Amino acid sequence: MGAAAVSEEYPFPLPTPGVITGPFWDGLREHRLLVQRCLTGGHLVHYPREFCPVCYSPDLEWEEMSGRGRVHAFTVVHRAVHPAFQQEKAPYVFALIRLDEGPILTSNVEGVALDEMRIEMPVEVYFDDVTEQVTLPKFRPVGG
Amino acid sequence: MSLRGTAAIIGVGSVKPERRMPDRSGIGVAAEAGIKAVRDAGLRREDIDGLITQMPGETPTALAEYLGLRPTWSHGVVMEGATGTTSVTLAAMALDAGLAKNVLVVIGGLAPGGDMPTEGGSRLREQFDAPFGPASGATGWYAMIANRYAYEYGLTDEQRASVAVQQRENAHGNPNAIFRGIPLTIEDVVTSRMISTPLRLLECVMPTGGAEAVLMTSADRARSGPQEPVYLLGSGMAVDHYTLGGASTLTTSPVAISARRAFEMAGLGPRDMDMVSLYDCYTITVLISLEDAGFVPKGEAGAFVESTDITYKGELPVNTHGGQLSYGQPMVAGGMSHVTESVLQMQGRAGERQVEKLDYCFVNG
Repeated sequence: MGAAAVSEEYPFPLPTPGVITGPFWDGLREHRLLVQRCLTGGHLVHYPREFCPVCYSPDLEWEEMSGRGRVHAFTVVHRAVHPAFQQEKAPYVFALIRLDEGPILTSNVEGVALDEMRIEMPVEVYFDDVTEQVTLPKFRPVGG
Repeated sequence: MSLRGTAAIIGVGSVKPERRMPDRSGIGVAAEAGIKAVRDAGLRREDIDGLITQMPGETPTALAEYLGLRPTWSHGVVMEGATGTTSVTLAAMALDAGLAKNVLVVIGGLAPGGDMPTEGGSRLREQFDAPFGPASGATGWYAMIANRYAYEYGLTDEQRASVAVQQRENAHGNPNAIFRGIPLTIEDVVTSRMISTPLRLLECVMPTGGAEAVLMTSADRARSGPQEPVYLLGSGMAVDHYTLGGASTLTTSPVAISARRAFEMAGLGPRDMDMVSLYDCYTITVLISLEDAGFVPKGEAGAFVESTDITYKGELPVNTHGGQLSYGQPMVAGGMSHVTESVLQMQGRAGERQVEKLDYCFVNG
């Protein structure tokens, strides 16, 4: 990973939204998990793009996801790339979450003991307002 | 050999140049030109099996994933003003060689400065992965693959460790291996420091300085030099994803496609190979590649390495120079070390670690 933006009060890497990806991050700030839906073929598209990667339609609209999904894969990180993660978080769960609607997101799973993490465990999103501008979509066990 | 008349351009796509494109992304602009060219040629996405690109700050894999392509031949070209013409030439070479049927060439993006985000955190991986804390190097990604593999097929820590331990045996016969002479046991591996579960320190490559090179010539000149020529009989390539979330599966790698293509070109199969050199950034990589290249049935690599001698003395020698795990990983030259080792072995110049009978070998990167 290259150097990502870091704020003084929040020492972890922050995303810098672009013009296409901006609505995804704007939605999170409102505690809504948005994914693009292709109006031509109905495909869900994540990460956000200018074109549907299946049918190449530029007609995409934002749709709110249920926020429910399953752990597609995970690892407990003991040695992080970023020094803040190393000093303040490790060990922590770094995971791919497969939303019930299909798209796969990189995220963290929190609110679960590290040795109780399981692949295919049902999880739901929660919105972590890490700064005034940025909310990250993180996950925890359903009912947890 | 000439490329004269061997290839043609059958479609074009352009995005009108603008000084400022404030509502666009660089990769989206490149994608638009690519889509236009595909449509202009009357082709579908599925027809595109070759991709050449240069985009500021992004890689060919990023554009492939963005466009939903899984090419079996791809190249990034960085040749300043000659990038376009170089790319067209490369495409003709690939077509002439039968490596691809339809090559999409896309060069472009946004102007630097003004509209192109130069701040960190704007590129796709930085935006969608980094905020959640990836592990050092690529360890977190391969760790997830290892966990998912164990979930689907079963795999023990000791089976993964066997790869590192047997490759260390090979390194003891290689004067250039950084870990030569340093003993390694299964116990050492499975008790070494945890990096990202389930991968531990001694299952991860160590970055080093170094360099690897080969000199190639045409077959008709190959016999004029002092060394025995080692001929390239087959080659295959496959691009599957850029982000791990974009992978078509976590537990079967693109090696399944690239190896099949290489074997098809050579008219040979896994059973014909006397030696194997597999890219080994992590132990799990070797196991999955052994399966996907066709040397071991899917899901059985763990049991295979536990019950099989894969050192240079064994029935299927794997990574005879120690692999990058025991040879060292001289950055991008690490993958090339599999090539140089294979050449030395084929020429009978591998010294203590020489494999006895060698007609054919398989190398991947």
